[in-house]
Amino acid sequence: MTTTTSEAPPEPGGAPENKPKGLGLTGWLRWAWRILTSMRTALILLFLLAVGAIPGSILPQNVVSVDEVDQYFRENPGLAPVLDSLYLFDVFSSPWYAAIYLLLFVSLTGCVIPRAITHAKALRSRPVRTPKNLQRMPYAATFSTDAAPDTVLEQARSVLKGYRMERYGNSVSGETGYMREAGNVFFHVALIALLLALAAGAFFGYRGNMLMVEGDGFANTLPAYDAIYPGHWTDTDQMEPFTLHLDNFDATFLEDGDLRGQADSYTADITYRESPEAEEQTHELEVNEPLSVDGVQVYLLGHGYAPEFEVRNAEGDVVFDQAVPFLYRDTMSFTSDGVIKVPDTGGEELGFTSVFLPTAMEDQEGELVSSFPGAENPMVTLEAFEGDLGMHEPQSVYQLQTEGMEQIGESPVMEMGDTWELPDDAGSITFSGYSEFVSLQANRDGARPFALGAAVSMVVGLMLTLFVRPRRVWVRAAEREDGRTEVVLAGLGKTEVAANNQEFHELTTRLAARLRSDGSDDNVPNPTDPPESTNTRE
Amino acid sequence: MTYTLAGPANESMASASDTLIIAMIVVYAAALFLFAIEAAYGRRTKLKSGKLMPVSVGAENSGEGGDDIRVNVRTDEGEASASQNVLGKIALAVTALGFLLSLAQIITRGLAADRWPWGNMFEFVVAMCLVAVGAFLYAAWQYQARFLGAFVLVPVVILLGIGVRWLYVDPGPLIPALQSYWVPIHVTATILAGGAFMVSGAAGITYLIAHRSEAKRAAGQVVTGVAGSLPSSELLDRISHRMILFAFPLWTFGIIAGAVWADEAWGRFWGWDPKEVWSFISWVIYAAYLHARATGGWRGRKATWINVIGFVSIMFNFFAVNYMFSGLHSYA
Ligand code: HEM
Repeated sequence: MTTTTSEAPPEPGGAPENKPKGLGLTGWLRWAWRILTSMRTALILLFLLAVGAIPGSILPQNVVSVDEVDQYFRENPGLAPVLDSLYLFDVFSSPWYAAIYLLLFVSLTGCVIPRAITHAKALRSRPVRTPKNLQRMPYAATFSTDAAPDTVLEQARSVLKGYRMERYGNSVSGETGYMREAGNVFFHVALIALLLALAAGAFFGYRGNMLMVEGDGFANTLPAYDAIYPGHWTDTDQMEPFTLHLDNFDATFLEDGDLRGQADSYTADITYRESPEAEEQTHELEVNEPLSVDGVQVYLLGHGYAPEFEVRNAEGDVVFDQAVPFLYRDTMSFTSDGVIKVPDTGGEELGFTSVFLPTAMEDQEGELVSSFPGAENPMVTLEAFEGDLGMHEPQSVYQLQTEGMEQIGESPVMEMGDTWELPDDAGSITFSGYSEFVSLQANRDGARPFALGAAVSMVVGLMLTLFVRPRRVWVRAAEREDGRTEVVLAGLGKTEVAANNQEFHELTTRLAARLRSDGSDDNVPNPTDPPESTNTRE
Repeated sequence: MTYTLAGPANESMASASDTLIIAMIVVYAAALFLFAIEAAYGRRTKLKSGKLMPVSVGAENSGEGGDDIRVNVRTDEGEASASQNVLGKIALAVTALGFLLSLAQIITRGLAADRWPWGNMFEFVVAMCLVAVGAFLYAAWQYQARFLGAFVLVPVVILLGIGVRWLYVDPGPLIPALQSYWVPIHVTATILAGGAFMVSGAAGITYLIAHRSEAKRAAGQVVTGVAGSLPSSELLDRISHRMILFAFPLWTFGIIAGAVWADEAWGRFWGWDPKEVWSFISWVIYAAYLHARATGGWRGRKATWINVIGFVSIMFNFFAVNYMFSGLHSYA
């Protein structure tokens, strides 16, 4: 904003209307800058910021879930590419959204710096001279007293305690509430700092997801992640050399009542080393208890079952013996789907799709379902395929590419320990047990503390802006012809007329009361007097 | 694998809280009825100068010593008056009773579930209504804003009705993500802000009605009924602004606390989850409201519309985002 503080009640807004008349390029630039840094523009940009965020909540976003975006593409093959060309699946990193907040950022900077300078000057200057005509002020009160003008001004000084004061001739000028403007500048600067901290985090940090089955380890290197999102300038060759090991995972669920099946707690027992040489340490990872290791935060995001299978080939040799992470369909039953791929059988490649039911039972229709997320009665069913798994091309571990395969049979419902002899003498598969797995996220964002600091500063600045009322008070005392002193107290608030006038009125009555109690000759208050003066001070 | 028993930790507390909520709705509905009668049939009474009422010209002289203080105020505001009668006083007492019932309901519910009593949608609604009624009672006491009664209680009764009818769940433990000391911090801040935004929104709508009546009256039309006996629109504007002054920093704090919590729970402090997007949208709307009030030409009606949109966005965040979008915040 280019207006400076002025005497009149402020009118901080208002785009400058006077357009340049033949001022050439610099004139136009200056005009554009004034428009951009005007409060009305800031207001419009704020609106655009809000409206622009709406599609980001309605449409699936890549930052939130790539899977959901893929699914949207599958379900709306016609519309999705159009939306995608408008960056509507990446709203918050789209050029048009960036344009809004960068403009706002520029507007904010351009508005805050001049304000900060003006305010710094105001802080050093003395309260303004008392205006000639105090009756013009939003609040003006007049009364007369027997006290001498100097006594009045002296009393005024003590009534105006907390104001910055200056005597000008027969008047005192007081000003207070500087912290509002300071707080406002502080708030907007903190906002800029927050944006910078967010940008720094996004450019230099990284975020990665990984999945660990009980008993597995993890070393913090790029390839060890299932998915990793490094920032633009992140050095991914120099990642923190910590290692993790998942010793045990435990989930508990509510047993009874309406909420049966709701998760009650998750705990992952982790051992870790900061670096290969460092001491081994342990941590109990829970949903709200991340592990902080070497500047990286490791979080528990989710969990699931990893049934263990042992596959033998036609000759009876064990060709596969492993826990396979399955993905759950819903959290209430934890019915989970997974795929077992056995490329090295010595003969045809084998593949299985499988369903894991942690608490299997038959429902009314005789369908096999899982009735509880905990593993009270774990069962699996399998479908077996033979042929070419197609693994020379990258593929998802959760999907079986069945184009080159032929289905050879469906298993009976298997309990732990059961073995299914495959048709065609293709071998056998044993459901040997189950482990649990956790999905973890590792995050490095060096700017987190700065972002937090900036955010907290914003709240502080905001409180000052919203609750401090800047105001000026003048008291003038002049002797009248009849020998009494006429006192005028005038007030000007920059905000909130009512509250200010209320306060000015209080100052007036307090001043009048003081002058009554000790402005006269008997300076010592008589202790037997009713405390009349204090009554009026309320 | 271990299992925990679900269900209320304390059955008698659970049933007490269920009785209390019904009682509370009945009491609020009765108060609403009385307030509505007062608004429609009360006598126009001038409000004393006070926290939000400007000192008027030739203000009453508070000095007994007879200093004859003459006050000259240069504001173009008229005096504020409101439709009042004895039913309003009764309604206020009834509302206060409802408030106490609501407080008791929340306490018994907390005891029944043995945890902080705001962990699901039903409990949020009840707590937010408690705050809204509390804020209204405060405004009635401090700003003589009793005339807002009907306007505040309408959304309160609707929300409580929705809460009992569609959102109710038995008291019980929380999902692991919500088992954190951040619930009392983050959720309390947003509930407090939400309640105050609600009162502000109600005052904003009242403002819009009063503003229209004033315009009609200025055009020589006669305005009757509730719309015709509302206090001045400036006063309503001031009350609604006050509420936002209280709520906006809390909302800001709530978002920040949420971000810190998200950082602990989910590994990122901001992930553009729908809930986060909408709290951000609401925040921006209310920031725009504050800016609009400081911008020439936007004060008054336009700013108030922004306020109303702000409250709609809060409600949208609450209902639609929980039910329509999937996200980490879907605790519905
Ligand atoms: C994300 C962007 C912004 C936010 C959230 C924000 C927030 C705020 C808030 C909460 C206030 C206090 C309002 C009040 O005094 O009642 C304020 C005041 C102000 N803001 Fe901003 N602001 C933003 C951007 C800007 C920009 C870009 C400008 C400059 C063009 C600006 C200029 C001002 C001014 C001049 C005030 C003082 C208003 C007054 O004195 O009442 N703001 N801002």
